[in-house]
Amino acid sequence: MINWLKYKFIYFGLSLALLLTGGYSLITSGLRLGLDFTGGSLLEFKVNAPINELIPVIETETDVASLQVSSDGSYILRSSSLDSAKNMVLQEKLKNQFGQVEEIRFATIGPILGQELIKKTLSGLVLAVVFILLYLAYRFRDKTFGICAVLAMLHDSLIILGAFSLLGVYLGVEIDALFVTAVLTILSFSVHDTIVLYDRIRENRRLRPQDSFAVLANRSISETMTRSINNSLTIIFMLLSLFILGGETTHWFVFALLIGTISGTYSSPFTAVPLLVLFKGKA
Amino acid sequence: MKKKWSAKLVLIIFIALAALAVNWVKPLKMGLDLQGGTHLVLDTDMGQIDPADRADALNSVKEIISRRVDLYGVAEPVIQTAKVGDSNRLIVELPGITDVDQAINLIGQTAQLDFRTDIGSESAAASPSAYVFASTGLTGKDLKKAGVSFAQSGNQAGKPVVDLEFTGDGAKKFAAITQANVGKPLAIFLDEQLVINPIVNEPILDGHGVISGNFTSEQASILSIQLNAGALPVPVSIISQTNISATLGVASINQSVRAGLVGLVLVSAFMIIVYNWPGLIAVLGLIIYGLITLALYRLIPITLTLPGIAGLILSVGMAVDANILIFERLKEERRADRPFRLALELAFGRAWDAIKDANVTTIVVALILINPLNWQWLNTSGLVRGFALTLLLGVLTSLFTGIFVTRTLMRQFLKGDHD
Repeated sequence: MINWLKYKFIYFGLSLALLLTGGYSLITSGLRLGLDFTGGSLLEFKVNAPINELIPVIETETDVASLQVSSDGSYILRSSSLDSAKNMVLQEKLKNQFGQVEEIRFATIGPILGQELIKKTLSGLVLAVVFILLYLAYRFRDKTFGICAVLAMLHDSLIILGAFSLLGVYLGVEIDALFVTAVLTILSFSVHDTIVLYDRIRENRRLRPQDSFAVLANRSISETMTRSINNSLTIIFMLLSLFILGGETTHWFVFALLIGTISGTYSSPFTAVPLLVLFKGKA
Repeated sequence: MKKKWSAKLVLIIFIALAALAVNWVKPLKMGLDLQGGTHLVLDTDMGQIDPADRADALNSVKEIISRRVDLYGVAEPVIQTAKVGDSNRLIVELPGITDVDQAINLIGQTAQLDFRTDIGSESAAASPSAYVFASTGLTGKDLKKAGVSFAQSGNQAGKPVVDLEFTGDGAKKFAAITQANVGKPLAIFLDEQLVINPIVNEPILDGHGVISGNFTSEQASILSIQLNAGALPVPVSIISQTNISATLGVASINQSVRAGLVGLVLVSAFMIIVYNWPGLIAVLGLIIYGLITLALYRLIPITLTLPGIAGLILSVGMAVDANILIFERLKEERRADRPFRLALELAFGRAWDAIKDANVTTIVVALILINPLNWQWLNTSGLVRGFALTLLLGVLTSLFTGIFVTRTLMRQFLKGDHD
């Protein structure tokens, strides 16, 4: 049997390096918030041009959050960085390219995700964390299990946030409403994955009461490794095919889930359990 | 030796067929990104509102309208504030609706609520028309919400009453008004119509008022709905309405559907290669999972968006988890030289502990985000709620197909000579 836990400081080191890189970027640059969070502008206009020729021209002047056709034959453009100066330049450009442009309205629009929603979601998550701590303490007769599961979950969410902070800095990737749901999905996946491993530790503890906790933990990691890899592979197959073949709009949503799945799978045997062994070793 | 078909198997076939029938008959609601919908512009009349408070008032109109059109976050509307010069507007986009009347019904009455005191002669109490009312400055803007509960004590004990909860500002105004008007009526008007004229029994200082009046529960709930509906802080009118196209092109949608199919084939192939016959049964379970989930989406109805499709496809990957846990367990038990039947039952029994604990946490996290009791400090509308509801449906359905369906099929069809 492989002695997984012998290398626990390597795992911690790897996690720490990733967390510090992401954390540094988060603190210095934060996340690039998209239209869903910040609001922006809405421009409705009429021009005689097909939508697929219009988009590249608009994109030379401003970002295109969405462009829709209305039943009146006008276009509705939403953009996070379009201001009135840019609006003038854009309309001039469209006029040169496609002929007459008629502005129907230009409005400053608010965010879809308000502060309120974010605040309330965070309070919901705090409540969820409290529940996870209590439930795992009850089911495993030990409060450290819950603490380590929550730490691993925190690890996974910080990895995603850090990755998107870096993507924002280097590739200009903005986060949107979808990103919020991706993070929530990964939070529940992470805990789910950790509990499966914990369950094996609980069972082995019953079967081999003479073994030390570190030995039990190591055996449990070995026994659940195939399941863990196979399970993540099925999810990764799905995500990879969506990432490579899927539409443009869900690209970064799928990428967030991909990072989260890998991190969530990794963090169960290589963050949650080594931490548990560390806590138990001291006790 | 051929075993008789068990009642459980018949039940599974029945459920699968029912799900198939629902998928056949009921259309799937599709979101703005896939299908387009109605684009409405609402204008607010901020004449009565201090310029400094207008942004807040607009936000609260937005919140209230969001709650009306999207109570559980599954209708996927887009609701944004829009400022054009001095006017404060609201853009409301509703997927799949092309009829203005239907849209207006969804947005609800755009009525305005205010509280008035009686300044007429007190001897005129015999008929309400003799009252002369004066505005108190307390309006729908100050009312946080109204609800129905049952009186705890007094001569009304056990009878339905309507609870009022005021905002911080509203509580102060309400306290001052009730202090000055003990024993006098405080009338509630909705769009200039008198709704109810309750008497103030005592000063209420904490912003929690109760209207009691020998209501039936139906009357109480109608009144609370009227009060909530009227809680728009300012008058609102629809100034334009147009239909809009899908935000995504057909190409993008087709791409994602194709990607999903490729992913499904990969997962199925993987399961069958790694786990052979049990793997095939897991794939059957997944097909039933897909049918049931889509049928539930149609019945609730949940509006499907492109990210929703991605989430659904992902949940398929997660639904396999229960099967993989069980199959790995089965291999272990077989390695320990247990006969197939016994190993199968042991695998299901032992994997259940892990599956239970892991899923209980997910279910509770989903419930917290759904917030079914409408606690004000948690989400009461919007996208997070919708997401959590689909998560909950996914977990419950995958428990059913991952455990019940695969176990029944394996007991029925696998004899143990193929693994």
